[in-house]
Amino acid sequence: MKRRKLLSIASLATAGMLTPIGWNSWVATGKTKSAKAKRLVVVFLRGGIDGLNVVIPHQEADYYQARPTIAIPYPQEENGALDLDGFFGLHPQLKDLMPLWQDRNLAFIHGSGSPIVERSHFQAQDYLENGTPGIKSTRDGWMNRLLGELCLDHQALAINVGNTTPYILKGDMPSANLKPGINSTAAIATDNPLIDQAFSYLYSGTDDLSKAYQDGQASRQLIIKELGEQYPAREGRGAAALREEMIAAARGARNVNAFVDDAGEVAKLLLSDPKNQLVFMDVSGWDTHINQANILNRLLPSLGQGLATLVEGIKPIFADTVIVVMSEFGRTVKENGNKGTDHGSANAMWVLGGAIAGGKVYGNWQGLNRASLYQNRDLAVTTDFRDVLDHILQAHLSMDANSLKRVFPNYHPTNRIDFLT
Amino acid sequence: MRHKLRNFLFILIAGLIFWLNSVTPAAAKVEGSQSRIRHILERLSFGVTAEEIQQVETQGIEAFIQSQLNPQSIAESPLLAQHLNQLDLSLIEQNPIALRQQMGANLKKLKNTKLSLEQQEEIQQQNIELNRETRDQATYVQLARAIYSRRQLQEVMVDFWFNHFNVYGAKNAINFWLDDYVNELRNYAFADFRDLLQITATHPAMLIYLDNQFNSDPNSSDARGAYGGLNENYARELLELHTLGVDGGYTQKDIQSLARIFTGWSVDYQGKKGNKIGFYFNARRHDQGEKVFLGQKITATGMGEGEQALDILATHPATARFISYKLAQYFVADQPPATLVDNLAQTFLTSNGNIKIVLDTLIHSKEFNDPRFYQQKFKTPYQYLISLVRMSEIVQPDFKRIKGMLNQLSMPMYMCVAPTGYKNTQQAWLNPQSMLQKIGFATAIANGSLNRDFSLDDQQLEANLGQLSPHTQQVINQSPPKLLKALLLGSPEAMYR
Repeated sequence: MKRRKLLSIASLATAGMLTPIGWNSWVATGKTKSAKAKRLVVVFLRGGIDGLNVVIPHQEADYYQARPTIAIPYPQEENGALDLDGFFGLHPQLKDLMPLWQDRNLAFIHGSGSPIVERSHFQAQDYLENGTPGIKSTRDGWMNRLLGELCLDHQALAINVGNTTPYILKGDMPSANLKPGINSTAAIATDNPLIDQAFSYLYSGTDDLSKAYQDGQASRQLIIKELGEQYPAREGRGAAALREEMIAAARGARNVNAFVDDAGEVAKLLLSDPKNQLVFMDVSGWDTHINQANILNRLLPSLGQGLATLVEGIKPIFADTVIVVMSEFGRTVKENGNKGTDHGSANAMWVLGGAIAGGKVYGNWQGLNRASLYQNRDLAVTTDFRDVLDHILQAHLSMDANSLKRVFPNYHPTNRIDFLT
Repeated sequence: MRHKLRNFLFILIAGLIFWLNSVTPAAAKVEGSQSRIRHILERLSFGVTAEEIQQVETQGIEAFIQSQLNPQSIAESPLLAQHLNQLDLSLIEQNPIALRQQMGANLKKLKNTKLSLEQQEEIQQQNIELNRETRDQATYVQLARAIYSRRQLQEVMVDFWFNHFNVYGAKNAINFWLDDYVNELRNYAFADFRDLLQITATHPAMLIYLDNQFNSDPNSSDARGAYGGLNENYARELLELHTLGVDGGYTQKDIQSLARIFTGWSVDYQGKKGNKIGFYFNARRHDQGEKVFLGQKITATGMGEGEQALDILATHPATARFISYKLAQYFVADQPPATLVDNLAQTFLTSNGNIKIVLDTLIHSKEFNDPRFYQQKFKTPYQYLISLVRMSEIVQPDFKRIKGMLNQLSMPMYMCVAPTGYKNTQQAWLNPQSMLQKIGFATAIANGSLNRDFSLDDQQLEANLGQLSPHTQQVINQSPPKLLKALLLGSPEAMYR
């Protein structure tokens, strides 16, 4: 229903026009409380990052016992953890985040995750994306439902960094996508004015195809407008040049190295228009069954640097922005025979933003002795991931109870954690 | 000069429009049957080619339908053989078990503690490549068949059944079994539904995908480790997605009973105890107790229990209805008419679930032949790309590029993670991003991106695409001629079937 409305407004504005429409007509104009619009950026780490080597319990003897070769050394030692609060430390390759921690703009919720434990990447990712753990058949993602709620009283837009729409954004509401990497504005066929003119004419009606074309072009215009100057479109490279690689467990998420570039572009988009309220980015490569230390040492610096770049880029609206970093599950407490870890349950969620009561590790930490582990092997889930998101939706995005119910159906807050100032 | 030409064209087109408007009733009748021919070809194939049009015109519609329902009666196209000959099939021609053992040997090497981390990574990489290359080969073979086979309805049914009985290639090592699995679905595409159930229930691809390989009675003698307990995954999806449907009237108790019934249906990776492709019933992990399933008492008969359960499911009215609904949705309309579904369900029950008979009924139903439903099914990305290649009659296309385009359109082959398979409705596939991408691909294909040495024949393409709407025609007339092919391939006419 909402989508229909949105699209019909767009097509009314464009019926019979030959030229691509501007972004403004894509979403309905009207009252907007966008001046102080709040933003939410979700960064999804696909593959199940090892939260215990990100937020390290360096005062737990069990930690070092369980991980004889891959534990991060004590803070005082060489390549040791960066001490956070005397008990927990940060992986040394995330040093770019330390200023944020010291400014109290970064917090962690340890032991968080899906209350229904699935050790399959896909099922576990599905639950975090559809927001209905235990129910696989949910049609849409919680960010799409959230977008629908934000559009009830003002206009909002969701941007996804990637070539395809991830489950979390699938649903009735349309979203824009930013092609990842520095090629985000590389030419596609319909950027060519001659081609666009012909197809805009072909799809100038009010039928479903026409609406989709018009929405697609409008979304594309936004990206080009905001980012086109920085990275001029390449000539002569059509859609066929789109990257073909798709790594299975990554669901199309890219390698972390592109993350710094993407983060810079996302910052520009967030800053450019208060309507750009929701952003989803995902980064793959965290499935560390073997040789975990090398992999994390390679990937974490870009992740930290990218987040720092994002924060730097949105300075003027940092107070109105929350960035959440999450992953489908954590990994086994004990290291395996290949200097790696296997699929586990709870992880640490990261929250960053000007309004975060940061400099603190939240959650219900129960230690790593065998008795407190889930099935004797994993860090147990003590905070439902929706408890974290629900708090952001309420305190940051000012959602009322009815909206919250629609975003997270069948969910009852259990463990409220106040990490927003 | 140019001005004159334009005037001439205008008069020509105006004349044509006048002529089209003044066709006699007799001519209109021919036009009607022309559009029925087109409708049949659009729905029973992946896109119209000149050869098919000619075939229908020679044979007549009915003979064409009957030949398509009896694919073994159709001599295969030399063009298909030619394309298959040029593909590297070295991996999929091997036994899946042999490939799995190759992977297992690599995994064993990893246990050697003396290996450096670099060596470990290299071995891991070899396994990733082995999986990817096997899947790619299966992908390219299937694309070749879908594009060039003359047994088009059979290939269309492979698309239907694969999504109905979806497996996800990259889970564990399912990639190695994909080609075999698809071939089985092809062989049984028009068979009794019960046979399809048997094929899928005993195929390692399915047993791995839905975890039944681990499904064990916890108290049985061989229950240990990963094989130590009951796993309901397959039982649940068998009921929900393969047979009765989510509202098919079963309970959680039935799911548990069915899971117990299927304990021990597993895979033997050693290639010793199982059948040729590794299916293995392990009686020592089977629950020997009595079960009640859908109100029926199932006595302990080992593997026979599962077969009895499949018998019950294959002939169940809810199954008849569910399969009929899905077929009607695939072949007629996203919201299929209830009358048609009822009719098909009846046929399903009276024919003992014979798919050929059900399809025959479907194709001859008044709903299928109602012009109201012509050109109303929005092509999935798979159907769209294959139809572009077919309508353009491109030979030697770059299969790897087609695969990449499918990835870009969020429909990577054999990589649908959810057991629901890919949907075939407009709601699932029409969105702004994919629309621009499709037009990008249409333009690229028009410019020869799938085969630089092949030049598309405009007239042939137009003929294959069929009658254009006045609006499409008008846009083409007013656009630069060099955009003609792109506009045809990116037109609404090309996006619906």
